[in-house]
Amino acid sequence: MNDNILELRGITKYFPGIKALDGVDLNIRPGEVHALIGENGAGKSTLVKILTGVYTPTEGKIFYKGKSVSFKNALEAQASGITAIHQEASMFSELSVAENIYMGHHLKTGKFPGSLDWRGMRKKTKALLDDLELDIHPDTLIKNLGVAQRHMVEIAKALSIDAQVVIMDEPTSALTLREVEDLYRIVRRLKEEGKAIIFISHKFDEIFEITDYFTVLRDGRYIGEGNVKESTVDDIVKMMVGRSLDQMYPESNAKIGDVILEAEGISQTGFFKDVSFKLHKGEILGFFGLVGAGRTEVMRSIFGIDKLSNGTVSINGKRVHIHNPKDAMDMGLAYVPEDRQNQGVILDMDLSKNITLPQIDNISPGTLIDKKKEKEITNEFGSMMEIKCAGYHVNANTLSGGNQQKVVLAKWLATKPAVLILDEPTKGIDVATKASVHKFVSELAAEGLGVILISSELPEVLGMADRVIVMHEGLITGEFTREEANSENIIRAATGTTDDIGGAA
Amino acid sequence: MKRFLRTREFNLIILIVVLMIIVAFRAPHFLSGENIERIINDTSILIMVSIGQFFVILTGGIDLSVGSVIAFSGMAASMLNQYQPGIPAAIVFLVGVVIGLALGMINGAIVAFGKVPPIITTLGTMSIFRGFTFVLSKGQWVTAHEMTESYMAIPHGSFLGLTNLIWAAIIISAITYYFSRYTRTGREVYAIGGNKVAARFVGVKEEKINFIIFAISGILCGIAGVMWTSRYAAAVNETATGFELQTVAACVLGGVSIAGGSGAVPGVILGALFLGIINNALPVINLSPFFQMFIQGFVVLLAMFVNTMMDKRNEKLLLNRRRA
Amino acid sequence: MENTNTLVDKSRLVDEKTVKARLVTIFTKWEVLLLLIFITMCIVFSILSPYFLDYFNLMNANFTFMEKAIIALPMIFVIMSGDIDISIASIIALCSFAMGAASASGASTPVIVLIGLLVGIAAGAFNGFFITAIGMPAIAVTLATQSVFRGIAKAVLEDQAYTTYPESFGFFGQGYVGDTLIPFELVLFLALAVVMWYILHQSSYGRKVYAIGNSTSAARFSGVPVKRIRFTNFVLNGLFCGIAAVLLTSRIGSTRPNIAEGWDMEIITLVVLGGVSINGGKGNIFGVIISIFLLGYLKFGMGLLNISGKVMIITTGTLLVVAVLLPMILDQIKAGKKITRKAA
Repeated sequence: MNDNILELRGITKYFPGIKALDGVDLNIRPGEVHALIGENGAGKSTLVKILTGVYTPTEGKIFYKGKSVSFKNALEAQASGITAIHQEASMFSELSVAENIYMGHHLKTGKFPGSLDWRGMRKKTKALLDDLELDIHPDTLIKNLGVAQRHMVEIAKALSIDAQVVIMDEPTSALTLREVEDLYRIVRRLKEEGKAIIFISHKFDEIFEITDYFTVLRDGRYIGEGNVKESTVDDIVKMMVGRSLDQMYPESNAKIGDVILEAEGISQTGFFKDVSFKLHKGEILGFFGLVGAGRTEVMRSIFGIDKLSNGTVSINGKRVHIHNPKDAMDMGLAYVPEDRQNQGVILDMDLSKNITLPQIDNISPGTLIDKKKEKEITNEFGSMMEIKCAGYHVNANTLSGGNQQKVVLAKWLATKPAVLILDEPTKGIDVATKASVHKFVSELAAEGLGVILISSELPEVLGMADRVIVMHEGLITGEFTREEANSENIIRAATGTTDDIGGAA
Repeated sequence: MKRFLRTREFNLIILIVVLMIIVAFRAPHFLSGENIERIINDTSILIMVSIGQFFVILTGGIDLSVGSVIAFSGMAASMLNQYQPGIPAAIVFLVGVVIGLALGMINGAIVAFGKVPPIITTLGTMSIFRGFTFVLSKGQWVTAHEMTESYMAIPHGSFLGLTNLIWAAIIISAITYYFSRYTRTGREVYAIGGNKVAARFVGVKEEKINFIIFAISGILCGIAGVMWTSRYAAAVNETATGFELQTVAACVLGGVSIAGGSGAVPGVILGALFLGIINNALPVINLSPFFQMFIQGFVVLLAMFVNTMMDKRNEKLLLNRRRA
Repeated sequence: MENTNTLVDKSRLVDEKTVKARLVTIFTKWEVLLLLIFITMCIVFSILSPYFLDYFNLMNANFTFMEKAIIALPMIFVIMSGDIDISIASIIALCSFAMGAASASGASTPVIVLIGLLVGIAAGAFNGFFITAIGMPAIAVTLATQSVFRGIAKAVLEDQAYTTYPESFGFFGQGYVGDTLIPFELVLFLALAVVMWYILHQSSYGRKVYAIGNSTSAARFSGVPVKRIRFTNFVLNGLFCGIAAVLLTSRIGSTRPNIAEGWDMEIITLVVLGGVSINGGKGNIFGVIISIFLLGYLKFGMGLLNISGKVMIITTGTLLVVAVLLPMILDQIKAGKKITRKAA
């Protein structure tokens, strides 16, 4: 016990309406890579924010180097040697790479009061970037970098602090294979230097490759821990989900019909190029790729949110021109966006207004909103999605993430779509809701809807999709039927390691 | 150097030079040293207050109360001078500055600790401070013969050939440039304006920064208040009405994003100078001063339009350079 | 899972409120609070001055703030959808200038009015174009057009004024309805308020405005034509400025370049004091109507008591800040309590 550098005992965190963490224990030793494992919404990110002083725990104790500590803010945590690579991009896009790395702990010259040492910061930044084999000038503004480069800068930022504990929150989610190798190299070096690394991931190949020990969280609770070498994927999965993998996904028995949506050679400058695919009635078409691969952008432009630079889209064999989401809706498309809280629901509006918003014009003959019709629609689709709420007059922000997602689904199903595009539909929602979302999706497909499922969770894609399209850096790099698809060939395509395509600059 | 040529500051310098040459064709004496000094002298107050406005806008806020803070601190200093002529001008100056600071701190406290949006806070205090100026003065003016010589000499006195007013603008510009570029707090202002969440991750305290920037704006308005009343040898209740718009215009012209997070002191100074040159050029090219308002508004609109279009183009170029 | 269940149970409990709890909700509603303040104010003034509760006085007092009240109506839409317009006073000046010029060249009353309204619409569309089509921030654009619009009037009029208008033109700002003492301006305002109430609270347009104000991107993803609605808001704002310009010009019978100066801030204050969130998405028309009469009669009452207009400025400013500060502080206290209760 005494060799722990960091210990958590009974950490509990409440947010309004939700218990994000419930009595979590964690033991971190120096010179060890510790995997923190759990599904989305298991509480990993909340735990990271508590360790880095962004949140303070409601209950429980943190022992750091044997002493009980409580970090009031991020700076205190940093000063005592705990640093983190955050999952969400926390960058200042108008500022330079060097400044992003040193924000909060700028170097000083000491010559004048407060005088900052820009030359020193630039030099050290250059060294850090070289270490990561990144060819970026320290003065480059973040807004001029791509997604993967930004992520590498995040990593450089965490390493700029002489830390004892380095937390990496899904550090590889946006990286190419080569960059992942660079990262592993750095992790191993840090380990040799006797640092403790908390490595958050739900990619098993990664966990088995780089980590030594693991702790599993589920629904905000501590489930168990163990030695990675003495465990199998199956053991860990059981701990993560409370049951084994194959039970999680509903049996698909939809009949695949005619082509309903077809994209031919569509491109959007800077985001994706020459993307072609066909979606059939009753089919669930999975889209897999790393963050920034261009999947979301493809769907956004098909749905009329962004403009296509070229290529054509056809629905039921007829070429269509979609200029805005309204056009797309009129043609039977529905899009459940990735960013639920900003793009999906309107948090400060009540559920019934949320659900009827896409078709508000259809239920307003003349201009007057037909309140009776509004109620009917809300009741029908609200109960169909089994939304747990105190009534449809409550605001969406009073619901849990999973129920908010059900509201978004209800809102789009109410438009009676023929094609349903789901962008990371189960991101950050609890296991039970996740299962019910999966059930709905396969039922909808069985009813003859065409479903496009964008997901970064490999098991979800493998379990749900009839066919999988894989994207990498804006290009389609693979297409697999349910029978062909396995984690290995999908990951290879997603990281651009297929033979013919991949060497994109 | 190559990087400098692509900055907004450089564009603005070119624009200013072109503008001055065009005006000089109509009236060559426009480019005389004397006239240029006059322009800078006339613009000094705008420069100071615009810099204060800049820091507020940098955090994503806006300070609509600058005109009222100038009026109140100028009135208070002038009345102190009027009723206690024995007090040295330097002390009166300091009192004016401290009053400006106090009013700025009131704004800052409401924004930082009361969490009231800056636009609402300063919209309110704009009326409140203006109202209190009337209450303080009982609606009276302080005129030239009620002020002491030494008070009126504050901006007019000269040192090394430049007026004190210009020196004040230079010193303030230098200090604020240093603050914004070479201090942690200064950089944290950029952080707050750029990404509030990320700023919190690295331990930047939003309340502290908000409070500080409004205090800075207050101090600069306090200095401007004293300078304004002593320069024009009159403290009236309507002093600097509508000045907030000119300061925002100077920032916008200087390339400061109204959404916060980007911009720099030199740009703001150039933006203010640009407005000052236009104001001075109108009579020179025989345009009635009544055109001033229209031309100012038009130029600001045009400059913002060009900036927006250039941003869009840059974004497109950047995307074109990317893979795919 | 447990969490969601307890949440549901709790909200159900809240739904079956006691009488006391219901009263608390009603009386913490912003409009109700405003109304209480309004009534208290009327009582205090009628005690302090015998002239306050005089029907003739009360009716005539409306003349002083109805033009501002009319512009406050579309301003609700603008602020509700997260924008702002600080060029309204200048649009009035431009409209009034155009009407003056038309009148000087011998136009009839209907033509003058039509010109006023059209210029207002054009000015609003000008703002809307730069804000929605070009994508410039509303505050920056209207800051510039504030100078542009009034600048045109100033450049042409210099220090002169248009003072000749047809006699029939005087009705809009000075007339009464029939033989009553009810000003035409008041009736027009109430009629427009009903129309705007319908649009904001009953029509799909209003629903979209709320959606945009709460989350522009969620609205866009739901098929709401965000740009078109924001553009329309600015045009509406321009049209109502035109209407106000007709009333104001008619009432004072002249056009000077400084007409309506300082109104931007007063009108924004009316809207925000009425409970419309400056960040968009929250508020309703009733609160704004109450705040219009609250501030209007406050000014009138203070005038009766010979209180200086400057104290009035201070009061308005303080009301504005306190109006926004108070709910924020209350929220903070409430949130603080909730957390401690849960932790316990």
